[in-house]
Amino acid sequence: MIWRSASGVGLAASILAAAAYATEDLGDAEAGEVVFSKCKGCHQVGAGAENTIGPHLNGVFGRKAAGLADFNYSKSLKRAGNSGLEWHADTLSAYLENPRAFASGTRMSFSGLKDPEDRTNVVAYLREFSDNPRDIPEADPTAKGTDHSVDPEILAIQGDPEYGEYLSSECTTCHQIEGRDDGIPSIVYWPDEVFVVAMHAYKNNQRLHPVMQMIAGRLSNDEIAALAAYFNNPE
Amino acid sequence: MTFNRRTFLGTASAIAAGLSAPMVLAQGKPRVVVVGGGAGGATAARYIAKDSKGEIDVTLIEPSRTYYTCFFSNLYLGGFQELSDIAHSYGTLAADYGINVVHDWAVGVDRDTKLVSLAGGGSIPYDKLILSPGIDFVEGAVEGWDISAQNKMPHAYKAGSQTELLKAQVMAMPEGGTFAMVAPPNPYRCPPGPYERVSMVAHVLKAYNPTAKIIVADPKPKFSKMSLFQEGWANHYEGMVDWIGEEFGGGNVSVNPDAMTVTIDGEETKVDVCNVIPAMKAGRIAEMAGVTEGNWAPVNAADMSSKADPDIHVLGDASQQGDMPKSGFSANSQAKVCANAVRGALTGSKIFPAKFSNTCWSLIDTDDGVKVGATYEATPEKIAKVDGFISQTGEDADLRKATYEESLGWYAGITSDMFG
Repeated sequence: MIWRSASGVGLAASILAAAAYATEDLGDAEAGEVVFSKCKGCHQVGAGAENTIGPHLNGVFGRKAAGLADFNYSKSLKRAGNSGLEWHADTLSAYLENPRAFASGTRMSFSGLKDPEDRTNVVAYLREFSDNPRDIPEADPTAKGTDHSVDPEILAIQGDPEYGEYLSSECTTCHQIEGRDDGIPSIVYWPDEVFVVAMHAYKNNQRLHPVMQMIAGRLSNDEIAALAAYFNNPE
Repeated sequence: MTFNRRTFLGTASAIAAGLSAPMVLAQGKPRVVVVGGGAGGATAARYIAKDSKGEIDVTLIEPSRTYYTCFFSNLYLGGFQELSDIAHSYGTLAADYGINVVHDWAVGVDRDTKLVSLAGGGSIPYDKLILSPGIDFVEGAVEGWDISAQNKMPHAYKAGSQTELLKAQVMAMPEGGTFAMVAPPNPYRCPPGPYERVSMVAHVLKAYNPTAKIIVADPKPKFSKMSLFQEGWANHYEGMVDWIGEEFGGGNVSVNPDAMTVTIDGEETKVDVCNVIPAMKAGRIAEMAGVTEGNWAPVNAADMSSKADPDIHVLGDASQQGDMPKSGFSANSQAKVCANAVRGALTGSKIFPAKFSNTCWSLIDTDDGVKVGATYEATPEKIAKVDGFISQTGEDADLRKATYEESLGWYAGITSDMFG
């Protein structure tokens, strides 16, 4: 059975390689703990964490924005949550970069973390207090960051919202334009980049839903950009 | 000539119209009349009204004040939906979109004078006419059955009172009784529909009348999602469903509504409920407008315009377009392509290339949903399939449940896309 143990070694090595890659890619949690000292005045995290000035951050990954029933959030964050915004590495990072740019009416009185490494690290730190870091790191592009696998030139395309509005009619057979989720997720008010990354992940079969793979599969880069531009602000 | 304010305005708007709107008449707004307020017609009316922002006068002619969607009517039969869950009014289309909703039957189309006449008297002029009348039944398709027998042997293939009647008959079946279905030949509305219905009736019988039987007489050798349904029937309703396909004489059928018998390939069976789904054709107004060839209305794939008249478009089940199945999703998809083209022709707005898609979900039992779908493109000959997928046999229960929950989301989505 030499072949079997040999392949076992190969498998273990590839898992190690993947783990090393993932750890590096997902940031340095220890450095993140230092960064988190800027947040501590308002946010608790870890055993026994409670809501204080800001909500506690246990289990924040995968949580809908404004998702704690017992915290009084701003309307702006509530609306974002009702429109389908969930906290993953990329959305947390975008929010932390410039909270008011991301959710204009947020009550979080913080000017933002400008250094991308700081953001990646603090997000890595917060990840340790989430028991459902689902799809991290490989399956869910929204869980990992905004830039992986999508060419920056594609992300830079400025979409034509008028064309997006026409194309959107194919989406609104299932996704409601008012942002309601009755079994099919809301796709309105997403940051352009999040939308584009998600659609390319379907197009490349990294995300698994067959209807979305089929729909995204025949959208061009310009069409995806146009849809992102339209759905970001459909009014 | 007296140069008053009124003639000045008239001239100015005529000039403006001439510049930006190739087909606008000098007097008044261009007029679109839509016949039929289902997935095709309601969607087309809403998109034209919404996107033209008042530049086009839209009239929707639909006899029903309350519309019951055919899709999800099987879920009502199975007890998964209330009848009120699948009922919709046209109030929002009138109030929020300014659509002139006329509850009447369109009974004639004069293509020379461009007028649609109404059963209640009067007629409505159009620049562009959109026909989305759904289906009617081919006379004499099932020996012994005609529309006067629909109370004894319901078709329940136009949702509403017929669906309620069929459900009442199923609930009243004697213990160990027999439910028969006469399935339709291709092409027909909602290809998986009869088989989802068999599943839903079986679901109800399993709970209330577990020794009852279901017989399906089918003129086809195979049907939509066949392996998925047959797997589901074996798993959930073992021994209850007897499907008799073409090979075993399923197409050689006659019924006797007075005696409540069904004769399949010479063998007569007494049944307690008989759901006759006859062969179908385009809703009759399409034939009256002279745009049908045989049973259906041929259309150009790029804009769903009739091959017989460029100012008439035909949507959904009634159209003969190529590869798309006759489904609510398809009609909704075609309506958007048509709306974009009609608006472009009447106001000069940009016409984008046609793109079509379809997905059909079916429920086999509680939390056991399956789906099939495809994308399509317009070619010079027809709407042609590009790519597709189908649920697989042996999928795990979580995926089937997610598929069912997705279908609920789709229902909420498409009905708000149709009715606002």
